[in-house]
Amino acid sequence: MSPSAVVPGELGSGAAPSRWSFRDKILLSTGPFTHEMFEPSEEAVAALGEMQILVIGAGGLGCEILKNLALSGFKKIHVIDMDTIDVSNLNRQFLFRHSDVGKSKAEVAAKFVEKRVKGVSITPHNCRIQDKDEDFYLQFNSIICGLDSIEARRWINATLVNMVDEEQLQEGISDSLKPLIDGGTEGFKGQSRVILPTMTSCIECQLDMHAPRAAVPLCTLATIPRQPEHCIEWAHIIAWDQEKPFPDVDNKLDNDDPEHITWLYQKALARAQEFNISGVTYSMTQGVVKNIIPAIASTNAIIAASCCNEAFKLATTSNPSLGDGENNYMMYSGNEGIYTYTFKHEQKEDCPVCGQKAKDLTVDPEWTLQEFIESLAGRADAQLKKPSVRTAEGKSLYMQSPESLELKTRPNLEKKLRDLVENGHELAVTDPAFATVSFRFAIHYR
Amino acid sequence: MTEVVADQTPPILKGPSDKEKKYDRQLRLWGGQGQQALENAHILLVNSGSGVVGIETLKNLVLPGIGKFTILDTGIVSETDLGVNFFLDEDCLGQPRAEACTALLRELNPDVEGEGHLLEKDGLSGYLQDHHLYTLILFSYPIDPTSVSHIEEYGRKHRIPLVSMHSAGFYSYFRIVLPGSFPIVDTHPDSTATTDLRLLNPWPELSQFAAGLTKDIDSLDAHAHGHIPYIAILLHYLKIWKDENGSFPSTYKEKTLFREKVSSAMRKDTPEGGEENFEEATAAVLKTVSVPALPGSVKEVFDYEPAEIDADSNFWIIAKAVKAFYAQHNQLPLPGSVPDMKAQSTTYVQLQNIYKAKARQDVAEVIEMVRTHPHGKGIDAGEVETFCKNAAFIKLIRGPDASPRSLGEIARKEFQSDEEAAAWGGPVSLFPIYLALRATSHESSTRVADILSEVDASIPDVASNEHLKKVVEEVARAQGGELHNISSLTGGMTSQEVIKIITKQYIPIDNTCVFDGITSRAQIFRT
Repeated sequence: MSPSAVVPGELGSGAAPSRWSFRDKILLSTGPFTHEMFEPSEEAVAALGEMQILVIGAGGLGCEILKNLALSGFKKIHVIDMDTIDVSNLNRQFLFRHSDVGKSKAEVAAKFVEKRVKGVSITPHNCRIQDKDEDFYLQFNSIICGLDSIEARRWINATLVNMVDEEQLQEGISDSLKPLIDGGTEGFKGQSRVILPTMTSCIECQLDMHAPRAAVPLCTLATIPRQPEHCIEWAHIIAWDQEKPFPDVDNKLDNDDPEHITWLYQKALARAQEFNISGVTYSMTQGVVKNIIPAIASTNAIIAASCCNEAFKLATTSNPSLGDGENNYMMYSGNEGIYTYTFKHEQKEDCPVCGQKAKDLTVDPEWTLQEFIESLAGRADAQLKKPSVRTAEGKSLYMQSPESLELKTRPNLEKKLRDLVENGHELAVTDPAFATVSFRFAIHYR
Repeated sequence: MTEVVADQTPPILKGPSDKEKKYDRQLRLWGGQGQQALENAHILLVNSGSGVVGIETLKNLVLPGIGKFTILDTGIVSETDLGVNFFLDEDCLGQPRAEACTALLRELNPDVEGEGHLLEKDGLSGYLQDHHLYTLILFSYPIDPTSVSHIEEYGRKHRIPLVSMHSAGFYSYFRIVLPGSFPIVDTHPDSTATTDLRLLNPWPELSQFAAGLTKDIDSLDAHAHGHIPYIAILLHYLKIWKDENGSFPSTYKEKTLFREKVSSAMRKDTPEGGEENFEEATAAVLKTVSVPALPGSVKEVFDYEPAEIDADSNFWIIAKAVKAFYAQHNQLPLPGSVPDMKAQSTTYVQLQNIYKAKARQDVAEVIEMVRTHPHGKGIDAGEVETFCKNAAFIKLIRGPDASPRSLGEIARKEFQSDEEAAAWGGPVSLFPIYLALRATSHESSTRVADILSEVDASIPDVASNEHLKKVVEEVARAQGGELHNISSLTGGMTSQEVIKIITKQYIPIDNTCVFDGITSRAQIFRT
């Protein structure tokens, strides 16, 4: 079989070598692995430029993603980010210069790529993703995330799953289904994944792959610190509230204020000396308080390019992509040699976002409701920090807000779980971070 | 600002420097020493073909602050470049590509020096004269064979690493040639892998301390009992086990029984219904109750005969001393770190000090052996200490001469495992991608038959493989054109490896990485 269905040179012949000739060699011919539906045509190439793509995050991944999309031939790009540029971004966020520190990431990044790559339009949105409604998200063909926060990922994931119009989908109209491509990095490691909302495993299905760091018990911080991190957490959680060192700003801790970090550092250092613990540094203090994840240009380049490669294949069908084929997830590790693991993460029936079934939860009947609520934050597959709890019948057991309801339901916190819900019955849990989702748990007593 | 109590050592009050702030997120990975190594490096890129992969690699090295880069390139910026290369714009059309890219790359980091030169035909050898300028050379395919031999000759002569890259369509590979054996001390093992507590052969100070904590263990009050560090708990019950059974638990079954014994010693009449320290002890049994075996990678270092030119390097002198230490004690020097565990602060710090003291004692013994070597006098004690701390995780990447396998051998083995993998639906080998790209190393053939015959000419009997044929079709489809995403991804991987090699931290690949942008997978081969 000849690899070419359209003889190169026939299309657009006579013109000087075009800017997009490399890409078009691929798009104007079929390959041995392309789906049989793929038809190379100039129209398909033109369609690529008409697609609207949303990039969430204009940080380390976002800068790379914008560059890659522009150089893949996408012409209608939006980018959303609420952050401003910090000096610690400059070792990887290559669209920013020292003189940009303090400016909006989305705006500076959009302007830079528009100037560099002729013909591309990038619309910046300097706000939170939660500030935009469904109509905003509906205008895009697909969405690429380069975020460092699990919460933001969970929010957009739930929003996109909710947006899917199942009836339309049954009739073959997929306008409401927005493929979500998500990248993440930490040091030399990262992952990229493709999600077809409601059809393939979603971010919530995969939540347990990002287990939260185990919290140090308060009593360790308060009475028996052993590690430098314990001293820093003590300064952060206990000393700050007790001593209220900055009344001029209502003692609101600003992680980016060097005076605040210095105060915590000195407190932690003094405590460490008291207990003969060594190792507290300014850098460690900052790392613990801000939960800093190491980040480098090269890993961002790998993961962002992987995401954009998948977006390009999805948009053009020029080759199979993650999500439409066998697999939907690529793990990358560069610590020890290079290792990739590309696999299919299965959709979960009991996924609170895209599944139909309640998640089984085995708990101690002697637990108080308070203990149950606290356990939801630490569970890798729940990670809910401010849960409100109702019974399946709709009776409120504990509500975080409004205040009147919180006051009314607060006495329940002391009650034992076995007195509030019967074995095998369901609880519905909501959290302000994911307003549209109700997590269903089937309670089983051990 | 608040002052710290006067009778304590005053802390350094100044915050991080501007440079520390800019590089904060990477210093947390490779530290000041790694950063210094990067800043001392001068990277040469001999850019060839459409050359995006090389520029993308440099971008990821300029950002973290390598000292200097030089680009040599015969190319003149064309319309096609603007569709794939981000470090060019309209104003660059018609200019030498090396100079144009250099200017835009330098904007990324004012701390980095860079120069770019238009390479005349046959001009490369002029830049590769005797003087030793470059820390590492990158070059991209397709490139003419004469240039490759100039680069290889320079690499051999000055003993520097060479990295070649080839990206076309959805496929790419890059290949590292190290100048000789490449040992790494600072491999950054996963922190959970590094626990070495010596529970089965404790030294007297540790045994005494633990025995003191567990004397009258059953009559201890609730607070004391709940705060015995798990190391002491395990040592206590191991002693009882040995007294009863004559030896330590060694089989899985014995260890499981031992674990039950430890678990059953936990007091359950506490407000929490258990004790955290006993839970930690129970959880630690399988991992810590064992004599650490000599890791295979360390044995490889011990068994390796370094080339004459390397034998007097600090690494091999220290390695020899550690080998002697191992021969004498049948164990490696103690790393000396203690994982966090439930305990009173003072008890934990005492325990830490006991492990640290033993580690220092081991280091002192190794230093003594190092000093007996004719070139061992000048070796810094800190270097020996770092080596001993990481001894179980040192790693040797062998030089290019070590037992090379022919491409034909590798191909046959890969094709055979593909047949096996087909039975259970495993992923297919990416080696054909390397073979097909390699067949277009010097010019981008567009015809399937040409590429296949080129493969056939260098490696007989593999060109008939069905999967290889398809891969060749896909390579022909790209006609040598780079896709920005694939070149950017490959540049990311390549720069990670360059950073590992320059900082001598983490473990670089050995030695060829192939990426398939269709199935989104990478695979490593030694070629």
